[in-house]
Amino acid sequence: MSNAASTTDAAPKRDWVTHAVLLLGVVVFALPIWIVLMGSTHDSATIGRGEVPLLPGPHALENYATAWSGTRDRIGAQSMMLNSMVMALAIALGKIAITIVSAFAVVFFRFPGRQLAFWAIFITLMLPVEVRIFPTFKVISDLGMVNTMGGLIIPVIASATATLLFRQFFMTIPDEFVEAAKIDGAGPMRFFWDVVVPLSRTNMAALFVILFVYGWNQYLWPLLVATDAEVETVVIGMVKMIGSEANTEWNLVMATCVLALLPPVAVVMLMQRWFVRGLTETEK
Amino acid sequence: MSCCGTSSARTGPERARGVERKVVFRQRWLPYALLAPQLLITIVFFFWPAAQAVWFAFLRQDAFGIRTTFVGFENFTDLFADPLYLEVVRNTAVFCTGVTILSLGVALLLAALADQQIRAATAYRTLLIWPYAIAPAVAAVLWIFLFHPQIGLIGRALNAAGIAWDYKLNGNQAMLLVILASAWKQVSYNFIFFLAGLQSIPKSVLEAAAIDGARPMRRFWTIIFPLLSPTTFFLIVVNLVYAFFDTFGVIDALTKGGPAKATETLIYRAYVDGRVNLDLGSSSAQSVVLMIIVMMLTMVQFRYVERRVHY
Repeated sequence: MSNAASTTDAAPKRDWVTHAVLLLGVVVFALPIWIVLMGSTHDSATIGRGEVPLLPGPHALENYATAWSGTRDRIGAQSMMLNSMVMALAIALGKIAITIVSAFAVVFFRFPGRQLAFWAIFITLMLPVEVRIFPTFKVISDLGMVNTMGGLIIPVIASATATLLFRQFFMTIPDEFVEAAKIDGAGPMRFFWDVVVPLSRTNMAALFVILFVYGWNQYLWPLLVATDAEVETVVIGMVKMIGSEANTEWNLVMATCVLALLPPVAVVMLMQRWFVRGLTETEK
Repeated sequence: MSCCGTSSARTGPERARGVERKVVFRQRWLPYALLAPQLLITIVFFFWPAAQAVWFAFLRQDAFGIRTTFVGFENFTDLFADPLYLEVVRNTAVFCTGVTILSLGVALLLAALADQQIRAATAYRTLLIWPYAIAPAVAAVLWIFLFHPQIGLIGRALNAAGIAWDYKLNGNQAMLLVILASAWKQVSYNFIFFLAGLQSIPKSVLEAAAIDGARPMRRFWTIIFPLLSPTTFFLIVVNLVYAFFDTFGVIDALTKGGPAKATETLIYRAYVDGRVNLDLGSSSAQSVVLMIIVMMLTMVQFRYVERRVHY
């Protein structure tokens, strides 16, 4: 990556305009977050009057405390955050575990029905939960899994994308590795744990970021399956708080909103390197 | 694979495509055991419900949900004869086109600028990347605080300036707002791909053009943009899929499809008909329509996606 291109048109004025537009972009993207962050430190009346504070106010602690532990008529973000965390982690880790072994089977073995199995997995790419909502809901209710964590997690835990990514990566593992393992008398599972899993670490990290965000941000499926306060996720709970406009406590909505976006944003920012690599390599 | 020297120069996926491993393990039951969890979930929660959706699309329940009759394609013909459904198709077209053009345009502009500032490009990426992590429904709530007519920063300013702004009453304003909120969330994803695509264009090509005296804008449209076209094409498909399916949360949190169904999209209508109106036949027929759309989009994506990896 040489910087020759930038030096050839190094007119300082152009540089300045470029930075100005980019910073404007950064501000446009940060503004909504800033407003919510600042709003969450004011009292309900200030926001209700429409003053739209752009500077911090004195009510941060009490707002977050109330939003976290809840009030008499509404459960707090505490349990909703826990539900979201369990759901996001289970979806991310579950998907990785399930897809890495199925990709391993498809790539490193020959057996009758191998192509069929691969195509069956591949086709699920074309069946996102949104197009089969009600029949899937019926299956879940027939299995008695409505309003359970299992009902929230299991139906979305298969992933064609992740299987395809692992398969693609496994194809690049040299044959010599497999031969060496065979000569050493190592069985397939030994090979899996000692060679495949360590080599896949970067892919797993990248997938974890993408799938954690996907899991945490689920909306339509939890809306249907998790109607009990006990299994409610924070994204759903936060939107429900807006329900009746007239007496919405906007300051608490804002505080809950900040809490709801914090974990996925933190994961993306902290694992940015793997995330960018994972995104551009997964081909969605 | 090690036999052919030329193939090693290709990219990983290119080399792997269609090629089988030569050395494999021979076990009778193990591969099936390894595949079992994913296949089981796929069959129970994907194939079985999808098959049911197709089957229900040909049935009709009476008002009490007691008797079910086979009605052939009647659910589909009813659907496409319904002016309200056609209105929803139109909304979806406007919405998807708006989101795709807006999010791709803004992302391309920002990525092209960030690419010129090579030292700062990574910093800008960090500053623009995080909206990707925000849930569509949360993005919608953030935009409420910008555009709410009474408590939103811009919404109030618009009203103060004499523009009657209320997205809860005006259908066009509501559509504009759901497009803005949905596009806002998707820009960072597109930005990552455009920046990666731009950074992989050989700088020598651009230098040659610069020496030939091509102005920056001309260089962009005649050299950079054509070289980016595989990325752009891939992103168009991804953005359309996003606009179709993943924006349910935006619409549900912002407008609930209103006012007067002005922001009802295909997926929102399928949800309302199944959940609220309990019209399983029609909702299933709509699911089948959606399945056909997603299948077409996936096929287009896989037909052309391989070109993308060259850049």
